[in-house]
Amino acid sequence: MTTPSGTPSGTPGGVSDDAPARVMVDVRGLHKSFGLVEVLRGVDLQVRAGEVTVVLGPSGSGKSTLLRTINHLEKVSSGSVSVDGELIGYRRAGDRLHELRERDVLKQRTHIGFVFQNFNLFPHLTVLENITEAPVSALGRSRAEAQVTARRLLDRVGLSDKADAYPRQLSGGQQQRIAIARALALEPKLLLFDEPTSALDPELVGEVLDVIKDLARSGTTMIVVTHEIGFAREVADTVVFMDDGRIVEQGPPAQLLDDPQHERTRAFLSKVL
Amino acid sequence: MSIAANSLIQSSQPSPAPDPPLPAAESPDRAALRLVPARHPGRWFASLAALVLVAQFGHALVTNPGLDWSTFGHYFFSDSVLQGVWLTLQLTFLSALAGFALGIVLAFMRLSRSPLLQITAYGYIWLVRSVPLLVQVLFWFNISYLYARLQIGVPFGPGFFSFSTTSLLGAMSAAVLALSLNEAAYAAEIVRSGVIAVDQGQLEAAAALGIPRLRQLQRIILPQAMRSILPNAANQLISLFKGTSIVSVMAISELFYTVQVIYGRTTRVVPMLLVATVWYILLTTVLSIFQYYVERHFSKGATRSLPPTPLQKIRGSLRNLRAAAAEGALR
Repeated sequence: MTTPSGTPSGTPGGVSDDAPARVMVDVRGLHKSFGLVEVLRGVDLQVRAGEVTVVLGPSGSGKSTLLRTINHLEKVSSGSVSVDGELIGYRRAGDRLHELRERDVLKQRTHIGFVFQNFNLFPHLTVLENITEAPVSALGRSRAEAQVTARRLLDRVGLSDKADAYPRQLSGGQQQRIAIARALALEPKLLLFDEPTSALDPELVGEVLDVIKDLARSGTTMIVVTHEIGFAREVADTVVFMDDGRIVEQGPPAQLLDDPQHERTRAFLSKVL
Repeated sequence: MSIAANSLIQSSQPSPAPDPPLPAAESPDRAALRLVPARHPGRWFASLAALVLVAQFGHALVTNPGLDWSTFGHYFFSDSVLQGVWLTLQLTFLSALAGFALGIVLAFMRLSRSPLLQITAYGYIWLVRSVPLLVQVLFWFNISYLYARLQIGVPFGPGFFSFSTTSLLGAMSAAVLALSLNEAAYAAEIVRSGVIAVDQGQLEAAAALGIPRLRQLQRIILPQAMRSILPNAANQLISLFKGTSIVSVMAISELFYTVQVIYGRTTRVVPMLLVATVWYILLTTVLSIFQYYVERHFSKGATRSLPPTPLQKIRGSLRNLRAAAAEGALR
């Protein structure tokens, strides 16, 4: 396991196998209940740095909840999540996990980009203000510096002419590309996508997937919850199939999509393919 | 009209086999036909009736000798009335400021996750909303009957300083206190409704980006909440402005009390009530105009483009009229 200098080396990720790349995300024994409903029933997942993991599964299978526990938007009921060796949302003292104060959780989240199904751009701020807000207020960057970065990112998602537009003046696809640029502005170690194309008109899906593919090629670590099987086949290093709060099986796309081992996976794929 | 009606009848008739040839004037060069808007006789009649009623009202205002416009004119700008207006504005401003400040605190108490804070805030709102403003005002005016001295110190413990309530709390402060405490209960509900109207996704996005808590509130939540807070807050401010007349029971010489004193002396009740009425109308109008422009400011990004202001609309229609007149002159 190699840990590049400059990254916090708190509790180690703790995988014993000698892997080619370090473990970026390490999810252990994750349980999550909403009231009496158990949404996650023991999930273990490792994602290596630079890899793209695509999570598939029927709705209600716990995919989105899993993603939201990784940046502590949802608290876990038991189990733990660490990103780049750092426990998320908790501090370990002996055999206990103490929940972190909100301020510290917010700091941890600046390393984890999150892209929502409904974009959630700030409608009263311009595109440029949407992108520069977090770098300025959460990382303490200067406004000028943040704007330079923002314009470079806008160029990267192909929307450099929209800096002064308001979100409602843009199409859904454009809004989602802005949301991706906004997440990238914090230079996160990890990007999480929660069904990034599900709220889009069919002809706008491509432009968003192109941006995500471009990020994948540049070696960004990503977990993508999606229903786009074609995208999974083309981009994923690992495909994870979830059902009923558990990971049913996982593997390289060729194996999982073309030769699934479990009946449940076969049934799901036969419906969506 | 007649051409349109004729052609309509012709086309709706079950036409005998070969259509009768159309007269030359109605030949089917459709692009050249003039459009005639539909007529609305009912709307015309209702408008006319309304106009008659308004004219009657205007006529009565001018001609009824009981209104005594000369007395109105004599007192409208008199020093005592102007001082009353000024005091009314002071009462409104101070109570609105203190009321909304406390209201914001109460709103966030109700939104907090601590049940004790929630219940305390709700209890306050429940109590204040259940007691008529007039009764509250009289209570505060008579507070020295309950508490002759106020002291600062440890709760339930020894005190350090103490004041005589009557010397600390004059009629004016009691009035401001009563009005602001009442205002706070309503302001709290207005602010809370604005905050809960903001989409939950906005909070999640701000949290996911790691934006600090206070900054989330100030930069993301409040500007969006303002859109639904403002119309209600303006309503509340206007009702507070007029509500200040209630403290006339404490013999505070705001506008309404001043007017009462004058008609008590001169017995010209109706013209003096008109003096107060016109001042209230004038100042409420100023507040409403202010409200329009503040709301417009906070609607940034909510609509694709801002609608024109009334001034811009008037200028626009003047421009259209002039263009139409020029075209008419050319013909």
